[in-house]
Amino acid sequence: MAETLLQIRNLHKEFGQQVILKSLDLDVNRGEVIVVIGPSGCGKSTLLRCLNGLEEIQGGEILVDGKPLNRNSKDISQMRQKIGMVFQSYDLFPHKTIIDNVLLAPMKVQKKKRSEVEPEAIELLEKVGLADRKDDYPRQLSGGQKQRIAIVRALMMHPEVLLLDEITAALDPEMVHEVLQVVLNLAKSGRTMLIVTHEMAFARAIADRVLFLEKGEIVEESRDPKAFFEKPETERAQQFLKSFEY
Amino acid sequence: MISYLPLYKEALLLTLRIGWMGVGIALIIGILGSAILYFRIPVLRVLIGIYTELFRNTPLLVQLFFIYFALPQIGISVSPEACGTWGLGLLGGAYMSETFRSGLENIARIQFESAESLGMTRFQVFRYVILPQAISSSVPGLVANVIFLLKETSVFSTVSLMDLMFTAKDLIGMYAKTIECLTLLVIFYLIMLLPVSLLGSLLERRLRYAEFGN
Amino acid sequence: MQSLGIDVLFKGTNFVRLLGGLWVAVRISLISVAISIVLGLVVGVLMTSKNRVLKVIFRIYLEIVRIMPQMVLLFIVYFGTTRVFGWNLEAEVSAIFVFSFWGTAEMGDLVRGALISIPKIQYESAMALGMSNTQVYTQVILPQTIRRLIPLSINLITRMIKTTSLVMMIGIVEVLKVAQQIIEANRKASPNAAFGLFAVVFILYFLICWPISRLAVYLEKRWS
Repeated sequence: MAETLLQIRNLHKEFGQQVILKSLDLDVNRGEVIVVIGPSGCGKSTLLRCLNGLEEIQGGEILVDGKPLNRNSKDISQMRQKIGMVFQSYDLFPHKTIIDNVLLAPMKVQKKKRSEVEPEAIELLEKVGLADRKDDYPRQLSGGQKQRIAIVRALMMHPEVLLLDEITAALDPEMVHEVLQVVLNLAKSGRTMLIVTHEMAFARAIADRVLFLEKGEIVEESRDPKAFFEKPETERAQQFLKSFEY
Repeated sequence: MISYLPLYKEALLLTLRIGWMGVGIALIIGILGSAILYFRIPVLRVLIGIYTELFRNTPLLVQLFFIYFALPQIGISVSPEACGTWGLGLLGGAYMSETFRSGLENIARIQFESAESLGMTRFQVFRYVILPQAISSSVPGLVANVIFLLKETSVFSTVSLMDLMFTAKDLIGMYAKTIECLTLLVIFYLIMLLPVSLLGSLLERRLRYAEFGN
Repeated sequence: MQSLGIDVLFKGTNFVRLLGGLWVAVRISLISVAISIVLGLVVGVLMTSKNRVLKVIFRIYLEIVRIMPQMVLLFIVYFGTTRVFGWNLEAEVSAIFVFSFWGTAEMGDLVRGALISIPKIQYESAMALGMSNTQVYTQVILPQTIRRLIPLSINLITRMIKTTSLVMMIGIVEVLKVAQQIIEANRKASPNAAFGLFAVVFILYFLICWPISRLAVYLEKRWS
């Protein structure tokens, strides 16, 4: 049995009257890539946001390495460093150059020296093919390039798990590939990830486990993505996948 | 304290009269000025530009001193009341021109073209299509200007107008009832400006609702 | 027709005295702007808080500043405090106090506006990197806010300078008062010096404020 990194127990989340997540249970094991799919409004993005303590939760608990995550506690910063997150878009800091975007958190949050972390940053930037852009500002980059930088920025904190929230949803189709390629490489290197996406072919290629979420509940869970995408067991998942065919 | 009330009431009425007349002049100048800038009318447009820059970049107090004390030296004498009214009107006109102009520029040129394609004359387009939209989109700025102008009336006492400040200063000097006089001063300015401020917030909210769903 | 006061202007140290008076006005406004910017940043951040009590307090504060003429505030501080607390505030201190009180509210409102115009994702991605609240503000939010604020606060400087003309009313000898004194002193020799002197004061104010407001317009266009 693999080591469990994240434990979600009975997670409940609502906005006012509206229930977003209904007593959801999920374990994320080290080295596992979980892809969450589902119709918009099903709560998949909210799930990721809860895991990073960006949302108040109304019930249940989230354990990271066995320690409860509480967004109002003092050690939330410590916890967040273990959980990297990349958003849909526009989350690079526009007033800082690429290299400074990437170095900001290691230097300010982890109090490391620039000389200590810069080589690693350059190395990671090289891996995503953007080392030569390190002194540019975010506005000089394309959407796909920005998202690759956002991934590097999250990786610099050495997170134990990476949350990717529809990171290609706001991109032009021709830029999607370059970003997904980076994520595929991360999966190959054994990184733990929780991915929300609408790219079904990508989901199928990368997932160790697929979750189909609808109305705040896990409707179907599969450890065999090929089988799931060919013939899901539940009717609701079938319906959903059908909507991606033309 | 009660015995001062009539004096304050007089002063308030005077301030209001000059204040609103000034605002009226400012509105007229503002509409004309912004139309001149919007239609890029040669020569006039340069003059309006100089005028707005001059009046926006100098204090009202200095403008009033110039009108009241300096102009008589070259044979133009004005009464304190006319000085206050025109001083305020000219200052306000410069601000209103700018406010309306940016309101006008927010309106898509296509509005102009589509109205013209209906056979309206240039004047009709401006009067019935452009101006109403410009006014509603400049309401926040307009209200801010009105409040600013009514507040600026507080310098009128320097050109010997018996406004609220003048009355307060006079009474403090005469009876040394500083606290009472200052309290009344605050109350009377509240009477004058609170309704405008509240009305402004209300208008802004209603206009925002009107825009909703467009 | 006489020289309309131009001769008086250059008699003795008159012109230097006028410039000295102008400096008094500019000094008061620069000090007040500096205080307003610092306090305004703090107040602006606090204004975005969801705390009810804070919200009400700031709402009232803003409304007071919005409605009360600066002249009334000057009178209250200069004459009122002496009366109530027995403080004998110097006129210049009172002026700086009032202008800072006013400027802090305006600046705070500008800061608040700039802060809420920054997308939520900026706060969230900074938090997701493990930054503390303070770090989110000092490293990510404020640097972006300041850029949007610079043109607006430059505008505040010109408005401050213009408003400082009021301080003559509480006995500070600034440029307008100096002009009056010069006119008085030369009443016999040049009875119509008022024209030249007040015209010069008018131009002096314009020469100071105009470049500053052009700079604000320029920066606003460049950084938007």
